[in-house]
Amino acid sequence: MTLPVKKTYKLFVGGKFPRSESARSYQPSETKHIHVTRGSRKDLRDAVLAARIGQKAWSSSSAYLRGQILYRLAEMLETRSAALCEELAQSGVTKANAKREVLASIALAIWYAGLPDKLQSLLGSQNAVQGPFFSFSTIEPSGVVGVIAPETPSLLGMLALCLPVLVSGNAVVALCSESAPCASLALGEVFATSDFPGGTINLLAGLRSELAIHFASHRDIDGLLVAGKPDALITQAAADNVKRVRYCDLPAAAFRDVSRLRSLHWVEPFVEVKTLWHPVAQ
Amino acid sequence: MVKNVESRSTVKASKGQLSFGKVWPYEKAPESTDHFTIADRYGLFIDGEFVAPKSKEYFATSNPATEQPLAEIAHANDADVALAVQAAKRAAPAWRALSGEDRARYLYRIARILLERSREFACLETLDNGKPIRETRDVDVPLAAQHFFYHAGWADKLDLVYPGATALGVVGQVIPWNFPLLMAAWKIAPALATGNTVVLKPAESSPLSALRLCEVFQAAGLPRGVVNVITGDGRTGAALVQHKDLNKVAFTGSTEVGKQIQRSVAGRNVELTLELGGKAAHVVFEDAAMDQAIEGVVRGIFFNQGHVCCAGSRLLVQESVHDLFVEKLLLRMQRIRVGDPMDKNTDMGAIHSKEQLTRICELVSAGEREGATLHQADCQLPSKGYWFRPSVFTNVALSHRIAREEIFGPVLTVMTFRTPEEAVEKANNTSYGLSAGIWTDKGARILWLAERLRAGVVWNNTFNRFDPAAPFGGFQESGFGREGGRQGLRAYLKVPFALSPG
Repeated sequence: MTLPVKKTYKLFVGGKFPRSESARSYQPSETKHIHVTRGSRKDLRDAVLAARIGQKAWSSSSAYLRGQILYRLAEMLETRSAALCEELAQSGVTKANAKREVLASIALAIWYAGLPDKLQSLLGSQNAVQGPFFSFSTIEPSGVVGVIAPETPSLLGMLALCLPVLVSGNAVVALCSESAPCASLALGEVFATSDFPGGTINLLAGLRSELAIHFASHRDIDGLLVAGKPDALITQAAADNVKRVRYCDLPAAAFRDVSRLRSLHWVEPFVEVKTLWHPVAQ
Repeated sequence: MVKNVESRSTVKASKGQLSFGKVWPYEKAPESTDHFTIADRYGLFIDGEFVAPKSKEYFATSNPATEQPLAEIAHANDADVALAVQAAKRAAPAWRALSGEDRARYLYRIARILLERSREFACLETLDNGKPIRETRDVDVPLAAQHFFYHAGWADKLDLVYPGATALGVVGQVIPWNFPLLMAAWKIAPALATGNTVVLKPAESSPLSALRLCEVFQAAGLPRGVVNVITGDGRTGAALVQHKDLNKVAFTGSTEVGKQIQRSVAGRNVELTLELGGKAAHVVFEDAAMDQAIEGVVRGIFFNQGHVCCAGSRLLVQESVHDLFVEKLLLRMQRIRVGDPMDKNTDMGAIHSKEQLTRICELVSAGEREGATLHQADCQLPSKGYWFRPSVFTNVALSHRIAREEIFGPVLTVMTFRTPEEAVEKANNTSYGLSAGIWTDKGARILWLAERLRAGVVWNNTFNRFDPAAPFGGFQESGFGREGGRQGLRAYLKVPFALSPG
C-alpha cells in the first residue's frame, strides 16, 4: 500500500501558491481535519499589488481572447470536476449536490465565456448629441475588485461572484468561504491552468471577521462585491476611496437556479462608462 | 485673506500683436432685468406649494458680482426635511402608477415652459450665481430645458431597455452652486421620467433658479409632492440624506462631502450616485491645431470662472511646443473680458462666493510658495464683488498642491511631457477621474490615449461639451453612476435580480 500524498491548502496570489506570510493556519468549521493557510492583511496587500499588475494584462487582452480564456476555464472545470466534487464532499456536501454544483459552475463559465465581446454593444452607446460632434460611450473595467464569497455554495458562490467582475476586464482579489474553503482554493489550480495572466484572480483564505474590513478600507481596491446583507461598517470603510460597493444577499438555495446568476446587472456595477467626443469637420 | 494675488508677471502684448488695451474699451451691453421680479422672501416648496419653514429661519442669497442681497431664503430644519420627504412619499404611488406617456407629457410641458421663460431664468441665474449672461443664456438654460425634453422621451420607453424595471421611490438630491438650474434639471428630469418622486436641496448660495423652477412645475400642473425643493445649508443636506424614507440619494459636489454621504447611507439599502470633484488633464500634442487648442484650453479652464468639476485644470503640453503654446495662451488670456456678469460681452464673471475666493487665493498662494510661476491677466476688476484674475501657473511640479487639489477657480497649471506614455502616466497621476482632454491631429493617437486615460468623459479636439444624450460621470474618486444617456436611467430604476447597494 502506498501512502497517499496529501494536499496543502494554500493561497493563490499572482499566479503562485504561497502560504500566508503570517504562517498562520486555521481549521475550517466544515472540515475540521484540515488546516488551511490563514491569510493576513499583509497577504491582502500583496494580492492587491499582484491584481494591479494582472488587471493591466487582463484588460488589455482582446475581448475575444478573454472569452477564450473563460472558455478554457470551463474546460479545466470539466476535466477537474471529479476532484472538485471531492473537495466539496470534504466539507459535507452530498455527492449528488457536489456534482450539481460543479455542473452549474461549468455552465456559468460557459455563459460568461461568450460575454466579453458583447459587453460594448450591450452597455456602450453612440450618443446622438447636438452640434457637429461624434460622441460615443465605451465601457471599461473599474480596476481591482474585492470579492467576499458566500459561505455556501462555496465553489459556485465564488464563481458566481467572480465571473461578472472578471468578464469586463477587472482583476479580482477574493476571500473564500471561511467554513468551507477547500473547493474554492482548488479553483486556484483551475485558474492557474486556464491562461489567465498572473494576478488576474487571487484567492485568499482566512477569517471574514478579520479580513473583510481590510478589503473595504484598502485604498487601491476600486470596487467590492460582498456576499450577504448590506453591512454599514464595510460600506463606510469603503467610502474612503469612493469604492463601488454591492452586496449579493441571495440565499444559498437560490444559487441552484443558474439562470438567476446570469445577469448583466451583476456586471454593470463594476464597469465604468467612458464618453468620448470628437468634432465632425471637413 | 481675500485678495487677488498681485500678478508677478503681468501679460503684456508682445511684438507684432495688436492690443487696444484700455484705450478702446468695449461699450457696455448689459442685459435688462425689468422683465421679471424677485420676491423679497422665498419659502420651501413642499407638496406643491411654497410654505414658510417650521424653523422660522431665513438667510440671504446675494449677487456675487455686487455683494447686494437678492432675497431671503428659508432654512429647512429636520422637521421641514421630514415634511418634504413625507410629501414625496405620499406622491410616489400615484406618480409611479401613472403611465409613462403621461409622465412624458408633464416633462415635455416643463421643457417647453422653461424655454418660454428662458430669458428670465438666464438673468436670474446670472444674478444669483455670478456667471456671465452669455453662458446662462446659451448653455445653462437651453441645456436644462433639453434635459427635460430628452428624459420626457424616455418615460414611455423604459421597457425597451430595462424590461421589468420599476421606480425606486423617493429620491433625495443635493446639488452644487456652480450650475444651479442645470444641475436641478440633470437630477429631476431622469428621476421623474423613471417614476420617482424627488426632494431636491439646491446649494444655499444659489437657490433662486431651483425655486423658480418650482413655479414651472406648478404651471405644468405637476401633481403635488412629486418634486419638493428645500433650501438650506449643509445641515439641511445632511438631514435629507440621512432621512430613513429615501430610496435613493444623488449628489453632485465635492469629493469630501461625497464620501461623507456614502458613509451616511451605508447599510440602508439606499441607491447612491455621486458626481464629485475632478482635476482633469488637458493633453496637447505638438501636432495639435494650435490656435484651436488654445481656444479649447481657455474654454476648459475659464468657462464658468473655472467653477466646473470637469474643468481642464492640468494642462499637459508636449515639451517641444511648450514655450510657444504658453506664449500664445497668455496672450489669449489677456483678451478675456472679466467683469459685470450681466454684460453680454463678458467672458468671465464673478467668483461665486467669498468662501470660494478665499479658497482660490489660498491655493494660489500655496502654488507660489511651492515655487511655481504665476501669470495673471492684467484686467480691471470691479471694486465690489468677488473677483479673481484669469491665472496660469508654469513651472509646476506634479507634487505641487495646485497640481493635485481641485482649485475650482480660473487657475490653470501647466506641465510638460515628452512621450505619449509619459502623458498617460502624468494624466492618470490623480485620485480623481472625471474628465480629460486631448488635442492632436492624429486620430489613432487620440483613441490610443483616450483608452488609457482614467476619466469618465474624454473630449478630443474639443472641451466642455455636454448633452443629455451623452452619459457623464467619473472614475475613481470622482464618483460613480452616470447622468444622461440610456446609462443614466439605470441609477433611478429598480431592476429585477440586481445586486443590492451598500
